[in-house]
Amino acid sequence: MTQQNNAIQDASNEASWISVKGLHKVYRTRTGDSTHALADINFNVRRGEFISIVGPSGCGKTTLLNILAGLISKTEGSAAVSGHEVTKPLSEIGMVFQAPTLLPWRTILENLMIPIEVQKRNKTEYKAIAADLLKLVGLDGFENKYPNELSGGMQQRAGICRALIHSPSVLLMDEPFGALDAMTREYMNLELLRIWKESNQTIALVTHSITEAVFLSDRVIVMSPRPGRIAEIINIELPRPRTLEMMTSDASGHYVQRIRHYFSAANVIE
Amino acid sequence: MKFLKVRSEFILVPGLFIVVILAWENLINILEVKETILPTPSRIGEALIYQSQTSFFWTNVWVTTQEALYGFVAATIFAVIAGTFISQIKIVEKTLLPYLVGFQAIPKIALAPIFIIWFGFGQTSKVVMAAIIAFFPILINIIEGLKSADSDHIRMLRVFGASRFQIFKKVQVPSAMPFFFAGLDVGILLSILGAVVGEFLGSQAGLGNMVLVSQYNFETPTMFAILIVLSLMGIFAHIIIKALQKRYVFWADSSNIIGT
Repeated sequence: MTQQNNAIQDASNEASWISVKGLHKVYRTRTGDSTHALADINFNVRRGEFISIVGPSGCGKTTLLNILAGLISKTEGSAAVSGHEVTKPLSEIGMVFQAPTLLPWRTILENLMIPIEVQKRNKTEYKAIAADLLKLVGLDGFENKYPNELSGGMQQRAGICRALIHSPSVLLMDEPFGALDAMTREYMNLELLRIWKESNQTIALVTHSITEAVFLSDRVIVMSPRPGRIAEIINIELPRPRTLEMMTSDASGHYVQRIRHYFSAANVIE
Repeated sequence: MKFLKVRSEFILVPGLFIVVILAWENLINILEVKETILPTPSRIGEALIYQSQTSFFWTNVWVTTQEALYGFVAATIFAVIAGTFISQIKIVEKTLLPYLVGFQAIPKIALAPIFIIWFGFGQTSKVVMAAIIAFFPILINIIEGLKSADSDHIRMLRVFGASRFQIFKKVQVPSAMPFFFAGLDVGILLSILGAVVGEFLGSQAGLGNMVLVSQYNFETPTMFAILIVLSLMGIFAHIIIKALQKRYVFWADSSNIIGT
């Protein structure tokens, strides 16, 4: 009986691995003013799904990600990952940041081990995993280099490895490729799809780039600002595996147009 | 071009030294300035060589070095403890900071006579003086350094579930290291200053004491010779601190990128 219940529980979890219901976030400033950063956000993400969150500046997409990461508190509603309400950072979650945020006094390998050290896991065991991950992103042989010896793209790949090392079921990405040049960015997009395919994580990506969101995602959550609301959730029905040619295809262009419409409606020129 | 620049430095620095020394030597001889007012460089050199052959001189060097070093170490220990509490606990910072600013405003040298009353004419009063004078720059640098930690680095550690202590240990302390060494660099020079000032106001030994004795006897060349020795001590200490800094804060400079 209990087993059956667990099975049902698991099944429902699979369908809503990330579950956000009636989420509000109100920031109060010192002067007593309040800003409604997020208003009534509702969405579910299936296990293994790749979603992107796009929207003009100030639409609260980073706030939403920070709430899922357990970095900031919510004002109202619920945000849960694999059935656990997020009230503090969960070990279930890995995060990739805008900048690589590698610690300059640690080697690449030592940087990868940060989540392991912090969560007091067995270091020797995870060293092998670190080596595998570095190989996966083409950074093998760079274990003992320091971050300033690597290019921006390589540093960001190391940052992705660090987010993956403790095998989190959810990967949150906060404009991870924003600082990279266009060529490296395209390359990193393909890399990310390859890593995602191998690791089978659930990914939520915040990005400024509509094309990137369409190219990578199963679904794109389009947000609009003041207050931050979900304008539309769009299913991207492009076949997988995705190729760079698809980026410029009519089907992909159609999606990009549809999303861009929301941006121009908000009077924001990208 | 860069090669030339480096070369010109190697010529210009000793060149200027030689020109100044020669001008000094000759002007004193031409103008017949009394040795008790301003001795020639060669007389200062003679005094330096003479002193360096006496064990009395080396005893005094050791006394001052000890005072400066003990003071410096004490200042560093207290600054590390105080800096940690002040930077980590808001209420401690808020309570102590006005006092620190006020205490910082006291001309520390003016405390030396009081320390001599409290701690006597021996080495203790000089150690205390050296420590007090070196303490503040080290403390300020530690506080600044611990606060300088990149907020993105802290956020990254928090996402992975780091505790406050882990954030302190893994991000704040390493981030503070360049500041810490900058503080040590200033502090070591100030502790030598503190030791010598303490000796001026009442002592039985030390280089400051030697300066005073030379003054009574109008041995101006010896006074200058001791000045040179004190400078050399400072330079030596500075070189050691810089070497340690290079060893332990290796990441703060150098940016050698290897392709994509």
